[in-house]
Amino acid sequence: MAVVEEIVKKKKGYQLHVVPTEKYKTNTLVWKMKAPLDEETVTFRAILPYLLQSSSKQFPTTTKLRSYLDDLYGANFFVDVGKKGENHIISFSVEVANEKFLKNSEPLLEKGITFLNEILFNPNVEQGKFHEETVTSEKRNLKQRLQSVFDDKMRYAGVRLVEEMCETEPFSLQPNGIKEKVDDLTAKSIYQYYEKALKEDELDFYIIGDVDPTEVENICDRLFSLQDRKPKEITMKHEVKSTVKEIKEKQEVNQGKLNIGFRTGTTYRDQDYFALQVFNGIFGGFSHSKLFLNVREKMSLAYYAASRLESHKGLLLVMSGIDSKNYEQALTIIKEQMEAMKKGDFTDKEIEQTKAVICNQLLETIDTSRGLVEVLYHNVIAKQTISIDDWLDRVKQTTKQEILDIAQKVQLDTIYFLTGMEGA
Amino acid sequence: MEKIVFDQLQEELYYEKMTNGLDVYILPKKGFNKTYATFTTKYGSVDNQFIPLNKNEFVRVPDGIAHFLEHKLFEKEDGDVFQQFSQQGASANAFTSFTRTAYLFSSTSNVMKNLETLINFVQEPYFTEKTVEKEKGIIGQEIRMYEDNADWRAYFGLIQNMYHHHPVHIDIAGTVESIDQITKDHLYECYHTFYHPSNMLLFVVGSVDPTEMMQFIRKNQEEKDFKEQPEIKRRFEEEPVNVKEKKQILKMNVQTSKCQVGIKAMQTDLKGKELLKQELTINVMLDMLFGRSNDHYLQLYNEGIIDDTFYYDYTGEQGFGFAIVGGDTEHPDELADRIQKILLEAKSGQHLTSESLERTKKKKIGGFLRAINSPEYIANQFTRYAFNEMDLFDVVPTLEEITFEAVQKMAHDFIDEDRMTVGQIIPNR
Repeated sequence: MAVVEEIVKKKKGYQLHVVPTEKYKTNTLVWKMKAPLDEETVTFRAILPYLLQSSSKQFPTTTKLRSYLDDLYGANFFVDVGKKGENHIISFSVEVANEKFLKNSEPLLEKGITFLNEILFNPNVEQGKFHEETVTSEKRNLKQRLQSVFDDKMRYAGVRLVEEMCETEPFSLQPNGIKEKVDDLTAKSIYQYYEKALKEDELDFYIIGDVDPTEVENICDRLFSLQDRKPKEITMKHEVKSTVKEIKEKQEVNQGKLNIGFRTGTTYRDQDYFALQVFNGIFGGFSHSKLFLNVREKMSLAYYAASRLESHKGLLLVMSGIDSKNYEQALTIIKEQMEAMKKGDFTDKEIEQTKAVICNQLLETIDTSRGLVEVLYHNVIAKQTISIDDWLDRVKQTTKQEILDIAQKVQLDTIYFLTGMEGA
Repeated sequence: MEKIVFDQLQEELYYEKMTNGLDVYILPKKGFNKTYATFTTKYGSVDNQFIPLNKNEFVRVPDGIAHFLEHKLFEKEDGDVFQQFSQQGASANAFTSFTRTAYLFSSTSNVMKNLETLINFVQEPYFTEKTVEKEKGIIGQEIRMYEDNADWRAYFGLIQNMYHHHPVHIDIAGTVESIDQITKDHLYECYHTFYHPSNMLLFVVGSVDPTEMMQFIRKNQEEKDFKEQPEIKRRFEEEPVNVKEKKQILKMNVQTSKCQVGIKAMQTDLKGKELLKQELTINVMLDMLFGRSNDHYLQLYNEGIIDDTFYYDYTGEQGFGFAIVGGDTEHPDELADRIQKILLEAKSGQHLTSESLERTKKKKIGGFLRAINSPEYIANQFTRYAFNEMDLFDVVPTLEEITFEAVQKMAHDFIDEDRMTVGQIIPNR
């Protein structure tokens, strides 16, 4: 039996994905809207879901809307904006209790889907524009979200690395938009963008829980009416620099943040993607990885030293927190670990260990309904149909030679260091 | 082995007290890939004055030692335990809170082997001077990382405003100076005092066979030699009722201000059902006053005084408890005033309605169902509750019992000007 049974139905204008499972006490609904990451639209897309989440025609104030959700046994509703490669993705999530665990049963699933439909297609709009006051509040909040990146130094260093590294590529954009453009947004222009997005975005709707797929499909057919569309495709280039870019930035911080970006040239679409996963795991993905063992355990230079992949952009990103005076030493050790990877300086035991942990991590991720949606959505982004079982098999089948081949492709691109005022 | 059935939730919990005093709970979760286990000792950062095992006098240990011990327990003569877990396909971790230190793993294969590794590594300490010294660098960086974290500084700043003496005001990781005093002898002394099975709880949740697993744990424990240990004697200095500081402002390298209002609990000697009731009632009350379905929220939001980082929470343990309300703001003084005003008005009977109580109760019940989808939540919260003699699975019935009068009385008793404090973080530009 497959690890996960995903039923995918092509509907007019969107794809419906249903995963029936008895695992959860709740049912999870996630509506996803995808479009290319683009300077012109990024700020519109950053504010749009927050506007829609605040009110609707039926629930003209946040108070009314949230009271309704509380009455639905605290249905959880939130929105999120992110990027996957050079795609800009808006998500609306609703999680409702499964009524069979409640004393007084009422049809919460149908109410949840109806609510989501109301939020998406019946916004608080009059005369072709969103509610002015709400727009003013949400513009302020959007600026706040953009500004808050600066206050979280770990996140800030991560964002700055990508900005520097991908300077000329759409990937340098933050999914939360461009601060300087927020003031230009108007209640009318956002509404116009909303209409366009609903017409053109690639749409996917996930329903996870103890549900009857036919019943769910019927509810959706009754509620959703959309037009067919041909979603825009992105064409992504793998930029490669001839020299390594090195950036140092000074701020009043107690701990320096050393973030390093590598290009791998491999994304989720590619055959060697699973070898890249294993490569990253041996190098810096886990607590048995080279970065953790050498930067932290052996040299006591950091509390955290790790790497992660941007799977749809083909980047490998290293992050660590160190004393500013140890910059050279930490950088040297990190570079040495990459050299060791390129030379094949890792054992079969390390390979097996890493595969086991990657498979474990994937299986754990899909134990949460949200995690499962994120994993399944990779296929939509990359136009693939890799099942969870394929995923596990392909990780397990990875050979040392394939890891070595990946290693030869990995190229140091940018070194970013956020340093204290006294250091370096 | 005892079996406890929760009909409405369709869950079964298995329990056994081992002969050495260890409490073991197993909750099978159908359909889950993962098994999650926590092995927790009732020993946290607040336990800094106690009588060590086989001694008669109280000692005071360096700040941050419970957390330091947590780090060091992973290291053994033949390397660190993380390696062993990852070879077995598991990921391991640990955390130290005010009152607990928990060791945990999660895995989707080799569950018994991983469980054995977890139990054994926690029950076989190995500390040397050399490895203790090495760890000071790593924990030093952990402390520095938190020093740059404005949310953490705001949180701890507020607790420091509230408490004069109680060690809850001491940072869990200690300071670079305090951890420098820690030796391997300190670690052994704390270890032998607090890591006795009778002071610990093992919780396993996931796709497991409870009978087989209980048998396995029983055998593992019977093979080990633990001498019966008397009850641990801890000491806490007398804590005044009122807050230490009414207001503190901290300047940091941030762009946005933060403002939080704290209320120190008045009654901290509760345990069991009473503590659970207090905690839930205060949380329900805060939700009725500051939740998003409330007019106050919308007003503050529309006026630009709060943004979506606004939050509120109550933490209650034996010996201390506090509520926090606040978040990021462009108007820290205005926010402090408004929160305090709403609270004091609630004390005098305003803003609370029986209609919003019913709504909040429903919301909390749904929230509980959502939470118990998570093995992590079940294990961690069950343990916290058990150490306070409460039962996680009493949450829904206890919520249902909360009356409007009880909320009003709680607002009246809990909210008090002298037990309120304000903490702010202001950009240093």
